[in-house]
Amino acid sequence: MSTTAIAVAEHENYLNKEYGIKSWLLTTDHKRIALLYLMSITFFFFIGGFFALLIRLELLTPAGDLVQADTYNKLFTMHGMVMVFFFLIPVVPATLGNFLVPMMIGAKDLAFPRINLLSWYLYMIGGVLIMHCMLTGGVDTGWTFYTPYSTAFTNTKIIEAGLAAFVAGFSSIFTGLNFIVTVHRMRAPGMTWSRLPLFIWSQYATSIIMILGTPVIAITIVLVAAERLFHLGIFDPKLGGDPLLFQHLFWFYSHPAVYIMILPSMGIISEIIPCFSRKRIFGYKFVALSSIGIAVLGFLVWAHHMFVAGMSVYAALVFSFLSFLVAIPSAIKIFNWTATMYKGSISYQTPMLYAFGFLGLFTIGGLTGLFLASLGIDVHVTDTYFVVAHFHYIMVGGVLMGYLGGMHFWWPKISGRMYPEGWGRLAALIVFIGFNLTFFPQFILGYLGMPRRYWDYSHMPEFQILNVLSTAGSTILGVGYLLPMVYFLWSMRYGKLAPDNPWNAAGLEWKTSSPPTTYNFDETPVVDFEAYDYEHIPDREVPGES
Amino acid sequence: MAEHSSSVGFYILIFAILLVLTATTVGAAFINLGPLNPILALGIATVKALLVVLFFMHVKGASEKMTKVVILAGLFWLLLLLGLTLADYGTRLWS
Ligand code: HEM
Ligand SMILES: [Cu+2]
Repeated sequence: MSTTAIAVAEHENYLNKEYGIKSWLLTTDHKRIALLYLMSITFFFFIGGFFALLIRLELLTPAGDLVQADTYNKLFTMHGMVMVFFFLIPVVPATLGNFLVPMMIGAKDLAFPRINLLSWYLYMIGGVLIMHCMLTGGVDTGWTFYTPYSTAFTNTKIIEAGLAAFVAGFSSIFTGLNFIVTVHRMRAPGMTWSRLPLFIWSQYATSIIMILGTPVIAITIVLVAAERLFHLGIFDPKLGGDPLLFQHLFWFYSHPAVYIMILPSMGIISEIIPCFSRKRIFGYKFVALSSIGIAVLGFLVWAHHMFVAGMSVYAALVFSFLSFLVAIPSAIKIFNWTATMYKGSISYQTPMLYAFGFLGLFTIGGLTGLFLASLGIDVHVTDTYFVVAHFHYIMVGGVLMGYLGGMHFWWPKISGRMYPEGWGRLAALIVFIGFNLTFFPQFILGYLGMPRRYWDYSHMPEFQILNVLSTAGSTILGVGYLLPMVYFLWSMRYGKLAPDNPWNAAGLEWKTSSPPTTYNFDETPVVDFEAYDYEHIPDREVPGES
Repeated sequence: MAEHSSSVGFYILIFAILLVLTATTVGAAFINLGPLNPILALGIATVKALLVVLFFMHVKGASEKMTKVVILAGLFWLLLLLGLTLADYGTRLWS
């Protein structure tokens, strides 16, 4: 991003305070670091998206004709790795979280500004490694690195890809650490725990998972490397290891990791819905504590990924039951958001449209998760497109919808400019349609028995029609993602100047200027109001309406 | 916070103990003690971890309650990892 493109508002703010590449690369301002992250994460999103489009293109026809089988394996591996480790995990905490956590609690910055910058550099080092790995041959194990294939058989670049995830993992540990200390230590006077915005609660819960889960995946990667390089018998049965041990360790992190992805988006939804319903959130305490509940229970369900892998059936029963439990806090949130809207005065601005999308799509994703958590059904649909559809409903329909909603909601604060509301709504609609067209057919495909990770389905040509629909949907979805990118950039120069509080929203971040000054507040705010105090905030004509 | 046992020599001593324990682990791996081998290795590893946590991470002497909470949480999570994993290994042969 060129800094001159943001020749914004008159007042001095974090964007125009200093210019030049050095003022960005050496910044310790949480808001600038958020923008550094925003640019790099967006870059990786488009890399991951590019692989996705190639996958869909290959599946347009039953024959494996576009790429070789080996190449296809690498395509879905690199797609998964980039999207999981370099997009979904960091996307909300590192961008909106970085930007908003200090501001929402009335602080000047995060507790450890330099560690924050370090986390971005680590992310970038991981990013360079994964790019290098990609360009020099890639990996073909799937993002899950299952052993013994990954340690004893494949001759692709496991070590380098593992190292990339390892390094990026530390960036996420640092972010989590920073958030936890900041929330404990740096709240403004009067900002009690029960007045914290729900976005903060969700970031806090996410940070717990990041800190307690990430070291386990890191050490697992080290063990894979040790077995691969030095033939230490850990996972390979030939060497006296146990392959399922890998899956236990991997999913001990990677199931909670899916909550690292979704919790922050849930936090965004908790901010958007009260604002555009002009009502206090229904059941604040329950929504807040359900985030913690999800973070804790999320650690108890991992082996639902291993039901058919040969684990003990008794343990499978326990994990199946625990998986059902984790749906409860998610359901609490869904019901409380719905109750918040009840009799609210709802307006259909772009962020709210994304929130609607989130509600519907996350619910479908979550409920199909329960199907999968039932042993009998899982045996039938595991490793089929049903699973692929399940997690895309959550990761794309949930996480991404929440993220886009949040980007629109806070864009006026971030950039000091309004995005074009009409285009915003159009893009939200396109994303919703494209998404469902892409992924709904995959539920049916999976249920009918189409396996995942196949590159050729010429022995089952009847699956083509649904695959064509899915591929068509993915191109629509692609357009839906490009649009916001274009008009956000456009608005930085041509958008209307944003007022400090364009949505008449509650929350400290709306009490600073748009864009904020370097230290966010001229003087430390004192909080003498409850969160989501919408009864006491007058309605106002919402600007950006055309 | 910085006062307790912070002389450089002390840390070097701890580091030396860690190295000796590492050597002991490696050495013990060459002697066949049957089922005692893993027990010994894990025992030494636990002592090493304790040394790191208590001294390098300054938990010994820390007055903050939060420090204890954090450590207990970490241990509890480790217990979850081990416990639920063993729920699989422990019951595989039942049927
Ligand atoms: C909340 C966010 C969630 C996300 C982001 C998510 C993501 C995922 C992902 C990525 C996979 C596939 C992993 C792979 O094999 O490559 C998966 C599978 C699975 N998910 Fe979810 N999931 C979520 C919620 C849930 C919930 C709430 C449940 C159940 C209560 C659930 C149950 C399952 C099960 C049982 C599988 C394994 C299916 C199989 O392989 O047969 N998920 N999920
Ligand atoms: Cu899972």
